[in-house]
Amino acid sequence: MEYYLQVFISGLVVGSIYSLVALGFVIIYKATKVVNFAQGELLMLGAYVCFSLTVEYGLPFPAAFLLTLCFSLVLGLTVERLALRPLIGQPIISVVMVTIGLSSVLKSVVQFVWGTQIRVFPQVLPVVPITIGGLPVAPVYIVAFALSLALFVAFSAFFKYSRTGIAMRATAYDQAAAASMGISIKRIFAMSWCIAAVVSAIGGVILGNINGINSQLGYLGLKVFPAVILGGLDSMLGAALGGLIIGILENVCDGLAKDILGLDGFRDVAAFVVLVIVLMIKPHGLFGTHEIERV
Amino acid sequence: MDLLCVENLEVVYNDVILVLKGLSLTCGDGRITALLGANGAGKSTTLKAISGLLMGEEGKITDGRVLLDGAPIHNQPPERIVRAGVFQVMEGRRVFQDMTVEENLRCGGYTRPGSERAESLDMVYGYFPRLKERRKQLAGYMSGGEQQMLAIGRALMAKPRLLLLDEPSLGLAPLLVEEIFEIIARVNREAGATILLVEQNARAALNIAHNGYIMENGRIVLEGESQTLLNNPDVQEFYLGLSHGGLKRDYRDVKHYRRRKRWLG
Repeated sequence: MEYYLQVFISGLVVGSIYSLVALGFVIIYKATKVVNFAQGELLMLGAYVCFSLTVEYGLPFPAAFLLTLCFSLVLGLTVERLALRPLIGQPIISVVMVTIGLSSVLKSVVQFVWGTQIRVFPQVLPVVPITIGGLPVAPVYIVAFALSLALFVAFSAFFKYSRTGIAMRATAYDQAAAASMGISIKRIFAMSWCIAAVVSAIGGVILGNINGINSQLGYLGLKVFPAVILGGLDSMLGAALGGLIIGILENVCDGLAKDILGLDGFRDVAAFVVLVIVLMIKPHGLFGTHEIERV
Repeated sequence: MDLLCVENLEVVYNDVILVLKGLSLTCGDGRITALLGANGAGKSTTLKAISGLLMGEEGKITDGRVLLDGAPIHNQPPERIVRAGVFQVMEGRRVFQDMTVEENLRCGGYTRPGSERAESLDMVYGYFPRLKERRKQLAGYMSGGEQQMLAIGRALMAKPRLLLLDEPSLGLAPLLVEEIFEIIARVNREAGATILLVEQNARAALNIAHNGYIMENGRIVLEGESQTLLNNPDVQEFYLGLSHGGLKRDYRDVKHYRRRKRWLG
């Protein structure tokens, strides 16, 4: 039993990182209707930059972390300005193709600069596990989970109450109408890419602290798709729960398969199996918006 | 004194389609000006050229000027024009359906400082008590009339000096049309907003407007005080659906007008 609880907890933590990346994904989708295939690479780049700053430049971790966030902010702005703004008003499919290209470019940049072997973050948090309800839990897990939770609360409030957040939702719903209200579409787009890059980088740094980083980290972006689609592409609550559910299911199913069937590698399949089942029952995802139709 | 002055405006869509062919009009400060015309005459394009929303539609102003209080505002992005005090209520209401009424209104006031918000909301709810009742409701679930009220309310949140209304009566029942037009007249009287009103419903528009323009094929063909236009035989026949003395007119007369129209256009 304890084995499963352990598996459950690590699923919860990995899930909270999925949620973070999914959050970035949903923010871009909500504001610009673009499905961003480069989300995982934004995460990877953030993780590598933070790694470089701590290990190669010897900065203390908090400083490196803040600098990484600044870097991601600039990265988000640059990507939006160079790759996406010229495509405003073009068909969505073209923009999506650009994000796929972007993911290749970013991946190559990482491999070019940092190589392909696994790198390990220096130990930031104490290694001694904290006991919660009789279970030993690594402090980094607790911090990861708490950080994700805090970010979600913050962004939910941002979209619900702040002027800019409401303007972002308005832009997502109807660009022309939002423009007629004096909302600058370009600024909203730039901002959504910034936020997405920053939350992804946070996810990347947390993940790096748990597992180390390598140039395959970007594939996590693909893992996030089931989470996002499960929750409904345009729902933040959906992204949060979708991420957690996928994280937990992955780990628990993997554990079960190993324990009972003696099978390995069930982890990668589990998420997609669940996804197919859920979409058969709820095609909009668990929390996706339905079109409002007046009859 | 004219608040808005459009001079010889020429608009081309997709680099080839000439929609406005040297259109000129003015809106007197504090007055309601009606812009009437058939489908495809270029009324909506005129409004979009003024508000800057042409930009999102492959449309370009190739000639002429738009002056607000004497300062040129053409070829500026819409967010600048809104801040200059021009707000367009787009055709078809365009409310944000998955947001609540109050969130919609807050979007309308996006360019205004947050300190004005409570006061502006009160003002809008004063004009539209029904919106206050439905404050927390999703805009998508409201009736067409209520959505039109919301669209106008959203514009009032921006405290515009010039309000551009594109077919506020579209798809509404006659009783509601009357209500909406009454409110437009009230907004003009009480808030002192200058209004440029585009309408198919010529009678309703001319009844509240101070003066009007009639457009055909991208040009103004007739202009004058509302009363003069209402009494003009051509306007009566082709826009108000009256025929002279109740007689049916034969095709020859219609053809005569067509020919004259071509000449005017």
